[in-house]
Amino acid sequence: MSFAWAKQYEPQSAFTKWLDEKLPLPRLVYSAVGAGYPVPRNLNYMWNFGVLAGFFLVIQIVTGVVLAMHYAANSEVAFGTVEHIMRNVNYGWMLRYAHANGASFFFIVIYLHIFRGFYYSSYKAPREMIWLLGVVIFLLMMATAFMGYVLPWGQMSFWGAQVITGLFSAIPIVGEPLQVWLLGGFAPDNAALNRFFSLHFLLPFVIAGVVILHIWALHIPGSSNPTGVEVKQESDTVPFHPYYTAKDGFGLGVVLIFFTLMVFFLPNALGHPDNYIEANPLSTPALIVPEWYFYPFYAILRAFTGDLTIPFTGIVLIPAKLLGVIAMFGSILVWFILPWLDKSPVRSGHYRPLFRKFFWFGLIPTMAALFYLGGAHAEEPYIMLSQIFTAYYFLHFLVILPIVSQIEVPKPLPFSITEAVTGKDKPAE
Amino acid sequence: MTIRLGGIIAGLAITAVLVLWSLVPGFMNFAFGPAPEQQPSYAFYEHGEGPEGGFSFDGPLGTWDVAQLQRGYQVYKEVCSACHSLKFVAFRNLRQLSYSEAEVEAEAKSWTVPGIDPNTGEATTRPGKPTDAFPMPFPNNIAAAAANNNAIPPDLSLITKARHDGSNYVYDLLTGYGEPDPVKAAKVGFETPAGLHFNKHFPNVNIAMAPPLAIDGQVSYADGTAATIPQMATDVAAFLTWTAEPSLVERKQTGWFVLGFLLFATALAFLSYKQIWAGMKPKKK
Repeated sequence: MSFAWAKQYEPQSAFTKWLDEKLPLPRLVYSAVGAGYPVPRNLNYMWNFGVLAGFFLVIQIVTGVVLAMHYAANSEVAFGTVEHIMRNVNYGWMLRYAHANGASFFFIVIYLHIFRGFYYSSYKAPREMIWLLGVVIFLLMMATAFMGYVLPWGQMSFWGAQVITGLFSAIPIVGEPLQVWLLGGFAPDNAALNRFFSLHFLLPFVIAGVVILHIWALHIPGSSNPTGVEVKQESDTVPFHPYYTAKDGFGLGVVLIFFTLMVFFLPNALGHPDNYIEANPLSTPALIVPEWYFYPFYAILRAFTGDLTIPFTGIVLIPAKLLGVIAMFGSILVWFILPWLDKSPVRSGHYRPLFRKFFWFGLIPTMAALFYLGGAHAEEPYIMLSQIFTAYYFLHFLVILPIVSQIEVPKPLPFSITEAVTGKDKPAE
Repeated sequence: MTIRLGGIIAGLAITAVLVLWSLVPGFMNFAFGPAPEQQPSYAFYEHGEGPEGGFSFDGPLGTWDVAQLQRGYQVYKEVCSACHSLKFVAFRNLRQLSYSEAEVEAEAKSWTVPGIDPNTGEATTRPGKPTDAFPMPFPNNIAAAAANNNAIPPDLSLITKARHDGSNYVYDLLTGYGEPDPVKAAKVGFETPAGLHFNKHFPNVNIAMAPPLAIDGQVSYADGTAATIPQMATDVAAFLTWTAEPSLVERKQTGWFVLGFLLFATALAFLSYKQIWAGMKPKKK
């Protein structure tokens, strides 16, 4: 679908006319990300990150496919083949550093993309499906990134795999057999490494598939915008190309400058030194931490330090580990019901004074704190802080958002996007 | 509506449990994790600062000091290689330290590597070839541990990347040997166990490695540099930085080129963005 005023693809040459009849691929691209896609004219830079996420997905696939040509998923030699890439493969160091930091940048832009969605309520009708697919993409990304971190078979790879697959052992009855089945053994070893490599190669293409659905679903209602007022007329929109291709091109350049600084000047700053030590099942690192982009969820996992019991009887209802696992998965799964928790008819945080306060002074500091706490040692006061911020995290989504959306008095909305931009627009007669 | 009601109930329950846990010790079997026991050795650990003046490869414009890498190689060969291998570094890589092909070949020959007798097929040794990696000094890890008070001397190929701030760490470790403050040690009853050595820059201050650089002039540098302990430690730390990442300088130099290109391309992208959007954004009063 598109707006009535969307431009239609008109093939110019004999070849493109022929192609358009047989396989209208250029027409599809033209309508999806070309001049045939009308986009609200008032998008700010927060609307840049979807394109950037797609860009980093491509970077990861391209560098990853080449790295896979030189890597061997065998626990005897995996660590050595990574060093082979770093030392003997032409520009192998650049490929590997781009891939490792590319994962971090993928998560940076995805987090900004998600928080754009939180602030501007991009999850609300009619865009629920886009949001749901986005959460699916995020979960797939987490799985892919985790398995990718195992592949160098360093100390953090090994012990990270041990801890994360150990989460499944918390499930009652089937947990332990499930962990053995997932690993193909009682501890991470060659079987685990092989299947992680296979899945790490597969999942990015699954992500690419869901991204296509995500964009498809986006084109049904069209892009949201900072006012949250839906597009009413042609003057509210501009064609995606050249307006947003140009704007996104500039944003891409800026992000690539930061990416370059990391890849070429601080390539290991976001990694952990222990992963340059070959995996050793007999030596546990002092602190096992996942990659930085999992810190908030790791903090939530570790916040649950006690069993849930019937008070004063000592009967354990849910053991601590299972509680932590449920909370960790729950902290992302709660995003799935977000469209139905926040029922305020107003989308944009600009026009929601109370929501906005909770966003900037509640959710954002909480996420920042959880990012910090996930990387900290499991000792006081970090445990207590993790518990408090985890509590706020769930409170925010499950309690504050529904109540705020009931009691809040939103500020008046502009009549249209055109009015928001130019200051005047006549209500249509 | 059901979703919201369920959500509110679940959210309040999670919050209540967590807040009670964190604020009311003892509630529902909850106990604070035991505070990590402060080992007396922590009191003797000192954070090192690395060599005075830093390394030539520090910073975005840093480059190798090839003479220093050659000196560092000499220290590795004469001191460290008695116990530590460099299994990811081959003799041919020494070409990067400005040795000629003939010199590399001669250097490789001066090392003995494991081989196979071509006539009998039995394990034997032979002189190294440029394609060989620096050999392990012990036949296997068990022999290595047996000879070193049960600690396996780690391979040093990646050591500066496998430690926080690795180049400085290597320097600090090599210069951190000595005796603990006797007053403080007597107060907490601290003693370095037999067979270990006190090193204030080692995380738990008792290290199995005997001081490798014990006296000034332990190595006679070919280029005449005075071989003080800090000098030898700096040189070998630089050499091990090179073994951990031979492409370090090439990486930084490539980075400047990429950065220059991107700044130019981004400036163009900005101008085209401004031109395309000209007139679309009326100035707000």
